[in-house]
Amino acid sequence: MKMELYKELSKDIRFIEGLNACINCGTCTAICPAAAVSDYDPRMVVDTIQQRDEKELELLLKSDTIWLCGECLSCKTRCPRSNTPGYIIQALRALSIETGFFAESSQGQKQLAIKRTVGDHILKYGYCVYVDEVNTEMYPEQGPVWDWIKKNKELVLERLGTSYQKEQSGSLRKTSKESLNDLKRIFEETGATKRFEIIEDYSARVANSLDLDFKTDRDSYFYYQYNENQQEKKSEQ
Amino acid sequence: MKPIPNKNWEAYQKEIADDHYYFARSCIRQNFFPAAEDLFLKIIREIAGKEIFDDARQTTCSGIAYHSGVIPFETTMTVVARQFALMTEAGYENFVCSCVTSFGIYNEVLETWKQFPEKEKEAREALKRATGKTFEIPRNLVHTSDLIYKFRKEIAEKAILRLVNKNTGEPLKVVDHIGCHYAKIFPEKGVGGAEFPYVLAGMIDAWGGDQVDYPERRHCCGFGFRQYLLKSNRGYSIGNSKIKFESMQPYHPDLIIANCPGCTFFLDRWQYVLAEMEGRTYGENGYGIPVLTYEELAGLLLGYNPWDIGLQVHQVTVEPILEKLGVKFNPEEKYKGLHGEDLGSPAMPAVLRCH
Repeated sequence: MKMELYKELSKDIRFIEGLNACINCGTCTAICPAAAVSDYDPRMVVDTIQQRDEKELELLLKSDTIWLCGECLSCKTRCPRSNTPGYIIQALRALSIETGFFAESSQGQKQLAIKRTVGDHILKYGYCVYVDEVNTEMYPEQGPVWDWIKKNKELVLERLGTSYQKEQSGSLRKTSKESLNDLKRIFEETGATKRFEIIEDYSARVANSLDLDFKTDRDSYFYYQYNENQQEKKSEQ
Repeated sequence: MKPIPNKNWEAYQKEIADDHYYFARSCIRQNFFPAAEDLFLKIIREIAGKEIFDDARQTTCSGIAYHSGVIPFETTMTVVARQFALMTEAGYENFVCSCVTSFGIYNEVLETWKQFPEKEKEAREALKRATGKTFEIPRNLVHTSDLIYKFRKEIAEKAILRLVNKNTGEPLKVVDHIGCHYAKIFPEKGVGGAEFPYVLAGMIDAWGGDQVDYPERRHCCGFGFRQYLLKSNRGYSIGNSKIKFESMQPYHPDLIIANCPGCTFFLDRWQYVLAEMEGRTYGENGYGIPVLTYEELAGLLLGYNPWDIGLQVHQVTVEPILEKLGVKFNPEEKYKGLHGEDLGSPAMPAVLRCH
């Protein structure tokens, strides 16, 4: 039986909190950082949703649009009717992954690269970011100062008083196995592990269709999703 | 004639506990400004004379993964519940976090549990199954910038410098940038609310500087979570930071301070990138506008050695603000190790002037 998309969305507390009644004033779009730098339009997203058209909703879940929001939540502060387009986007993204529709948009497909960086880092290091994973090839904006830090990592991090690689309190410490195991168990209990598996499974199919190498970690498909912007390419053509 | 001070912020006040804090670290700050959090702890302990616990068992709040859509809210709620369990086990009830994304997350989880009590029950049960832990809700939840704000007058009393240009005697012009998730989600949770946040402005006022009010003062720095995390999407991030730099530059700020780890990083690094890409610099004489965290600024005013508090790892060189403040520093020590080891120095950018 085909899933009723609006009904599914309505179960998500982010959706319940995010949608009251949009009056189409456009305040959210006027102050939106994503709208400032792209053709993203939160007013249009909310208006589409509140019309409850299943076909339009499916198109939205398969589109790049829902992945353009930056989750700054400036829209929550300013909406005169207490809608939160940023929360609605969270619910749409969750449903897009659950249904596999995310794999049908070039922006949605990029979730694989985020899962394999921030997502995997949490289970490996206890934090979303870790110095050992950051280099100026992947993050060139880090600049020459970062290359200097990396070249002299142990001595610089000692100079700055960190607990790098030590099992003690302090910054950049080695998170204990017990704490990492707690996180792993929490991920298993609360759906994060399942979401990771969905992202990997659908990504494997996309990689196959593109004839790209798909294994684990930093494979060809990862770099394709991490580096390439298909929207920009289309607009350049 | 001086403008009439804006007092709208006074409508938004919040309780900030007076002592005994459980401290939660930031994913971003540890990596990119590694000395800042320890400086914060030092100021709270040695300047404010308060007790704060730095727990080795803590982890991320998982907020960056949640806001990027790779983990469910239920996971984040349970990770947060574990952090609260660690606080409870350690005997604390005042929770202070170093990250603005985390501050938003902790508040969001607590508000969700008020609105949907079944979600708290679910999180408690999931945490118990996963870890065997239980927890109490914090009595007080604040951001680290709230604590520096609370003790801003004590810091001013012990400071050896003021936010004054030593050459002209004029107050230094300081841009305050507040991370979106500090008060835009829950205005009542931030000192001064969302439209007129006073948490950093209060420090500028107390330490003798002038606030810079510019059109895009409240605009996002452009982190955008998944937008920055993907190299392909970083136009979002630099584009929004550029909107801010272009808007503030006509007011000739001497310094930017930010209370969010991501914002501090982006406002620092995107100045380097904009200089290299477009030949555009926003400070004086080819420099960038120095970007500091609030405790780094407090540290300078209190007389800490800038290289002990990690200012050598900013890409925008900080020497222009050190010179204006009259900070005594040894340029030879900037790139040395703890025991004086010569570590060379970073390559010079092609456009952005650095030391």
